[in-house]
Amino acid sequence: MTALKAAGLVVMFAVALALPALAPDPATTNIAVFTMMYVGLATAWNIMGGYTGYISLGHAGFFGFGSYALGLLLAHFAIAGGYSAFLFVPLAGLLTAVLAAGIGWFALRTRAATFVIVTIAFMFMVQLLAENLVGITGGGRGLSFPVPPWSGGDFNIPYYYAMLALATLGLAISWRIRFSKFGLGLLAIRDDEDKALAVGVPTRAFKLTAFIVSATLVGMIGAVYGYYVTYIYPQFVVDPLIGISMVLMVFLGGLGTLSGPILGAVILEPAQLWLAYHFGASRLYLVLYASVFLLVILLLPRGIIPSVSELITRWRAGAGDSKGAAGGAADPLPKAISP
Amino acid sequence: MSLLQIDGLSKRFGGVVAVDGCSISVSAGSITGLIGPNGSGKTTIFNVVTGFIPKDAGHVTFKSGSIDGFGPDRVYELGIGRTFQLARIFPRLTALENMLVPVRRKGLRALFSRADWSHEKSRAMEMLDFMEISQVAGTLGGALSYGQRKLLELGAVLMAEPELVLLDEPAGGVNPALLERIADRIRRLNARGITFLLVEHNMSFVMNLCSEVVVVNHGRTIAAGKPDAVRQDPAVLDAYLGA
Amino acid sequence: MTRILEAAVLGILTGGVYALMASGLTLIFGVMRIINVGHGALVILGAYLSFAVWHNLGLDPFLTLVITMPVMFGLGVVLQTIFIRPLKTDREALSVLVTYAIALGIEGLLGYFFTSNYVRLRTWYDTASFPVGSFYITYVYVFGFVLCLAILGGLFWMLYRTRFGGAIRATMLNRTAAQLIGVDVDRVSAIAFGIGMATAAAGGVVFGMTNAFNPGSHYDLISRLLTIIVLGGLGSLRGAVIAALVMLVTEDVTSAVTSPVWASFAFFVVLVLVLLVRPQGLYGVRVRDRL
Repeated sequence: MTALKAAGLVVMFAVALALPALAPDPATTNIAVFTMMYVGLATAWNIMGGYTGYISLGHAGFFGFGSYALGLLLAHFAIAGGYSAFLFVPLAGLLTAVLAAGIGWFALRTRAATFVIVTIAFMFMVQLLAENLVGITGGGRGLSFPVPPWSGGDFNIPYYYAMLALATLGLAISWRIRFSKFGLGLLAIRDDEDKALAVGVPTRAFKLTAFIVSATLVGMIGAVYGYYVTYIYPQFVVDPLIGISMVLMVFLGGLGTLSGPILGAVILEPAQLWLAYHFGASRLYLVLYASVFLLVILLLPRGIIPSVSELITRWRAGAGDSKGAAGGAADPLPKAISP
Repeated sequence: MSLLQIDGLSKRFGGVVAVDGCSISVSAGSITGLIGPNGSGKTTIFNVVTGFIPKDAGHVTFKSGSIDGFGPDRVYELGIGRTFQLARIFPRLTALENMLVPVRRKGLRALFSRADWSHEKSRAMEMLDFMEISQVAGTLGGALSYGQRKLLELGAVLMAEPELVLLDEPAGGVNPALLERIADRIRRLNARGITFLLVEHNMSFVMNLCSEVVVVNHGRTIAAGKPDAVRQDPAVLDAYLGA
Repeated sequence: MTRILEAAVLGILTGGVYALMASGLTLIFGVMRIINVGHGALVILGAYLSFAVWHNLGLDPFLTLVITMPVMFGLGVVLQTIFIRPLKTDREALSVLVTYAIALGIEGLLGYFFTSNYVRLRTWYDTASFPVGSFYITYVYVFGFVLCLAILGGLFWMLYRTRFGGAIRATMLNRTAAQLIGVDVDRVSAIAFGIGMATAAAGGVVFGMTNAFNPGSHYDLISRLLTIIVLGGLGSLRGAVIAALVMLVTEDVTSAVTSPVWASFAFFVVLVLVLLVRPQGLYGVRVRDRL
């Protein structure tokens, strides 16, 4: 990584860390919590969808499951609201990992379009279970979380840092995977799975691992979300819209890149919240939302980072830099490892 | 000594019998050619041996151990590599990265180790050199010419040092100059101890390169032996020129 | 016992409409290789269009199809051309996002014009039924079933007996090869999408007559339709029809034997069981690139 990139990363992280101090009003910190949430979700989803090419549209199921897991754990251990509740988030993540192992084992026997639909089916199954296992989840009445002792203007801040921590964790894991032998195998699977098999990549194990890692992160983020909103209902926490939003953000930013998901989340989530705030009451909110979707997809099908990267490559080639021209037909996704 | 032994292999697809009780023996250290008219089942045999499709009947033995029912990644792990009829490489990875995918690493920690890269990269560059395509090491696979892809594919398969390499039409779609290069590489690798089994339609390529030839027709072996003997076998001539 | 029989019969009758809806969805997948997650919303749109015609012109709901089917067909061609044809890379993934956006847009528009109150297509013969053995079957279900059979029959006839149908099937089997023999795959795709929408319109009418619906009903519907086409094998019409019948009969019988709550769950259980044995579905083909 170049010195410039490293510096940029440090600055970005410093700003993120200091954000609540820079903009302490609750409205802004609320946006910050949700934006950081989606930064984490998009980064986590990218580990599966971006690296292996297996598009899961059912991640909302893990999000909701993680939420319920934490809520039920806190109720079971009679944890009062407070910082200690956050300590149970990894446990919720562990439970989500177990679920993901089961679903993944099954779903990854299928490929491409079938896989997509199977993940959708599992999401609806999770939603159904949440609605119908009334004795456990409270069904349509919802599930409550313990209320923390901090309140007022600073309520959002601990949640923001929790989301930041998870997003940072996700990014660190994603980065580590990306430049490892494991990551190379995943990218090979994405390009040509049968060929990957033919050269000895243990595709089933690799895919399943990526799936579990991705789902676990999402589950933990969902857990923090549940704690943040203090009361969850099946259709709002196992919400297809959440699952699709994280996918759209990754596509917008650049599938398979490290900064793409972050960029996508930082652009789309504040926009979504803005739309909801100003038009939420109106029926047309969904129409506007959908229009934003369509615009994004039709105008930038490859995502921002790859498109910008290609522009830079072309500009360099035009300026006579021999390193720039990688060949006209080359797809300018960032290289897996530096040659 | 037979490195790869195929006994009574059968495979049908619906009503079509692709392989019909086929038996082939590949001697260690040989360059064996597998020839036969179109539709005689050659690629199907490859696909069954390398674990891509299940067989209906028969046995496949490699180094005296059965490899029946093994998946492609396990077959590769045991030491059998293969190339595809239409050269397959990973288009969104660079040539160098393509070379690194097949390299085996043992253990979970190794998968994430960064120390192993430099050693593997120098080996990969050596192989790219051997294939005379080291100048495109940093180019994405998708941007390579077809000839470069063929060489890359072969080079990458060799990275895990397989004992047996199955080549599916190595001469397909290749100009004469490149063809000679490929034949030369195969000879040199064979001299280093790698056994080759290749499917080909280019007769002169086969006859000049192979030490043994097996002829299949309608899914079964009709002749096997030295190239000259097979070339004059009436059954072989009949298969090609007849029906 | 009769409860089970009654449930099975009901399952077959409602299976018909799901078969019709699922056929459109699997046809779209087969021709364009896209997952139209907006199909449920399109069905609901068809239901609402019929509702509007029925409400304002007093036509019998079945007759509204004379208007809604052509309209939906045209709309389908337009939607495909504007939103789906431009997708070149990552088609499967992006098409999901696009069609989901279309579904959201439709949900929003319908909510705007019709509010979120539940509605239903009613007729004067709504409650009329006839006895079969020891239970009664409502005429509406039978008419709906017959309609679906008729349209499905028409669809199969078109696919297997007409030239255009041949072009569609060629595109489904191998898009590139079809192009090489002169099939205008873009046109075929647009029309196939239109056909899908038209079947959605028909499905919408029958669905709307037998269920209360509102703009948000498409989620439940699409989850079932997707499950059905995966069970049947993506791209297989025969599979979609059989899967629809199997699923609905299973669901209704489960509902009669246990409770309606677990009936929806039974849907997914069947899917899981079948996919365990055949990951490609009943009539699907294993995805393997040229080897």
